[in-house]
Amino acid sequence: MNTHKKHGFWHRYFFSLDHKDIGFQYMLTIFVMVSIGGFFAYVFRMHLAYPEMEVPLFGLVTNKDYNMLITNHGLIMMMWLALGMLLAVAGNYLIPIMIGTDDMAFPKLNKLSYWFFLISVILMISSFFMKRGGFGGGWTMYPPLSVGDFGYNTAYTSFKDRFFTANTFVLLAITFEFIALLMGGINFFVTTLNKRAKGMTLTKMPMIVWMINIASVLFMFSVGPLIAGAFMLLLDINAGTGFYDVYRGGDPLLWEHLFWFFGHPEVYVILLPPLGIIAEIISTNSRKPLYGYKFILNLTLIAAILSMMVWAHHQFVSGIDPRAATIFSIFTIIISLPFAGIILAYIATLWNGDLKINLPMKWAIGAITLFTLIGGFTGLYLGASVFDIYAHDTSFVVAHFHYTLFPTVIFGSFAAFYYWFGKFSGRELNKFWGNVHFWLTFIFFNGFAFPLFLLGLAGQHRRIADYRQFEFLMQDPLPLYRQIATISAVILILSQFIFIFNFFWSLKRGKKVTSDNPWESNTLEWQTASPPPHGNFAVYPEVHHGPYEYNHPDREDDFLPQNKK
Amino acid sequence: MNTKITWREIPQARLAMWALIAGEFAIFGGLIVMYTLNRLKYESWGEMAQHTNVIAGTINTLVLLTSSFFVVKAHEAALHKNKEKVKMWIWLTLICALLFLGIKSYEYYHEILHGFTLPGTQLLAEGKHVETMYWSFYYTMTGLHGLHVIGGALALFFVMRHATKTEKDYHRIEVAGLYWHMVDIVWIFLFPLIYLIH
Repeated sequence: MNTHKKHGFWHRYFFSLDHKDIGFQYMLTIFVMVSIGGFFAYVFRMHLAYPEMEVPLFGLVTNKDYNMLITNHGLIMMMWLALGMLLAVAGNYLIPIMIGTDDMAFPKLNKLSYWFFLISVILMISSFFMKRGGFGGGWTMYPPLSVGDFGYNTAYTSFKDRFFTANTFVLLAITFEFIALLMGGINFFVTTLNKRAKGMTLTKMPMIVWMINIASVLFMFSVGPLIAGAFMLLLDINAGTGFYDVYRGGDPLLWEHLFWFFGHPEVYVILLPPLGIIAEIISTNSRKPLYGYKFILNLTLIAAILSMMVWAHHQFVSGIDPRAATIFSIFTIIISLPFAGIILAYIATLWNGDLKINLPMKWAIGAITLFTLIGGFTGLYLGASVFDIYAHDTSFVVAHFHYTLFPTVIFGSFAAFYYWFGKFSGRELNKFWGNVHFWLTFIFFNGFAFPLFLLGLAGQHRRIADYRQFEFLMQDPLPLYRQIATISAVILILSQFIFIFNFFWSLKRGKKVTSDNPWESNTLEWQTASPPPHGNFAVYPEVHHGPYEYNHPDREDDFLPQNKK
Repeated sequence: MNTKITWREIPQARLAMWALIAGEFAIFGGLIVMYTLNRLKYESWGEMAQHTNVIAGTINTLVLLTSSFFVVKAHEAALHKNKEKVKMWIWLTLICALLFLGIKSYEYYHEILHGFTLPGTQLLAEGKHVETMYWSFYYTMTGLHGLHVIGGALALFFVMRHATKTEKDYHRIEVAGLYWHMVDIVWIFLFPLIYLIH
């Protein structure tokens, strides 16, 4: 089994079948995408706060540039960072090793998924350089904006002119990425059900494995109609059909339904893996069993089903029937209950625990705090149509979804990085710079997102390139809030360089790990060498215990590895 | 006797195919729902549906159903590892697939000749705006289904060639066959919705 030999660059980064190598390929690709998305955020935030200034490294931001920047910032962060990092990277690294097997069920399919992902990234990046400029129709791609410069009622130009536009390329990129994630999801699902180590029953699986699988299945069911819808939008752009054209009996609202029927479950697709990561970290670091394993699992399944019934709360001002709006409001508010239950179970896990406040724990607690106290609570307000109609499309919404997505996607990913880095690289991340990174990120994230709530309540609409045209938005203290948000956002982005340097420096020259199980954790990935060899285990483990049996009263050690007799 | 099957006893490839089929149903399900809602809204689509070639559609339905039968026979032969029979039944399936695509092309050809195209320029000129979308849906749904027919046929061909050459991986015939049945079932939904409801 341990026949791993050193492979060359091409082999490791393009042709490897090993799940850890493929996870690393995804990770590097996503780093590139995040850098682009972060740079875009920097440019348009600078423009919002200082509209007359030439933004360093970019120049003067025109209205068209602004539309392109926010659109692609949203698309990159939602589709490539959030979905990619939490499904593809986390799933690839963690699922096979945590269920005690050598690799995915279909390693070649896994490699193919990555190639599709890479094609999607290339298509996305090339969309910025089209003759008519990057795509600027908003990340939700509502028609008729997303049909492009041609619009619906213009004479049909040549196919070449229509095909080589940013709209077409962005849609193709998203379709390729969805195919990649669908194939990846099928792989996760089969691997989990079919390749578990001996003795690992479904309820002895670590929570993160459950969460990634539920997220993958949820993704699979919600994305289907959108794939069909994206195909129709592509035909509208390229073949002159009129699926979303009112003149021909089509309906732009149809796209909104399709998009949000995917888009809202996607929020939970993104949320579930970080909840799993947090479950692993807080249970290990409070030296207590995870409170209510089956309780959490059932709540997650309920939430997954409910999440398919809430999509129209994004469309309260799009002209949907008020009676339907009421139903969607009610479901939206109900869906907070399962998540409240899950967070309660996490707090119960922490309660009276022997807390080890190390770096992963800081990120994990930071994530649940911000997500629940601010992101989740403002979600309740926005879920009620009465409030949403006032706050819709204002900065309040922007602040709300940054408070839900940033703690889960970014904090969750960092928690995972600081927790598992030693396992998969064999070296440690620098703790001091890790702490600096955490506090800078925590403080300046709040500094960036909180003023947006106040701006939103004052009536600041999002997707406006220049607020100088609205007198009431230029009154004190609103420009000051915008500047606080912008300066914080810039420091927030800069402080991520600390992590990038820490990551790559530690990968090459970090201190070697002294123990294979530094957190004294029970799950199987800690019971093998760091970094794990090709094939993961020297001897395939046999599972005898659940994943969270800490401080068992009959045992001397406070932890009990799953494969220990 | 304990008849309970655990997840681990289900072959990996079959499990993956079930998952893929579930995903495909989400895609076609979305399209069918969208079409149906529009169909209920626009009475005049019934008029357009009369321009489809019901006889060709019926023959195509029969062709696909027959091909599903051939795939089942191929699966049976694969269980016995009977190389010659697998080859024969899969080739018969592939002939059905080609026949289906041929008849479909014939239909497309005549519809396009009559001016029922994807952008529907001629109908627009006649002032029939809403009716163009019927044909948009018609080509999108049958075209996407046609792509699946091509994909399924290619899968069957390569799986059959691999199995008969190397004398192993006969189980893949079953898995590709499952996909073929999915393609068949989708057509069973499309045919009445598009052709028969006037």
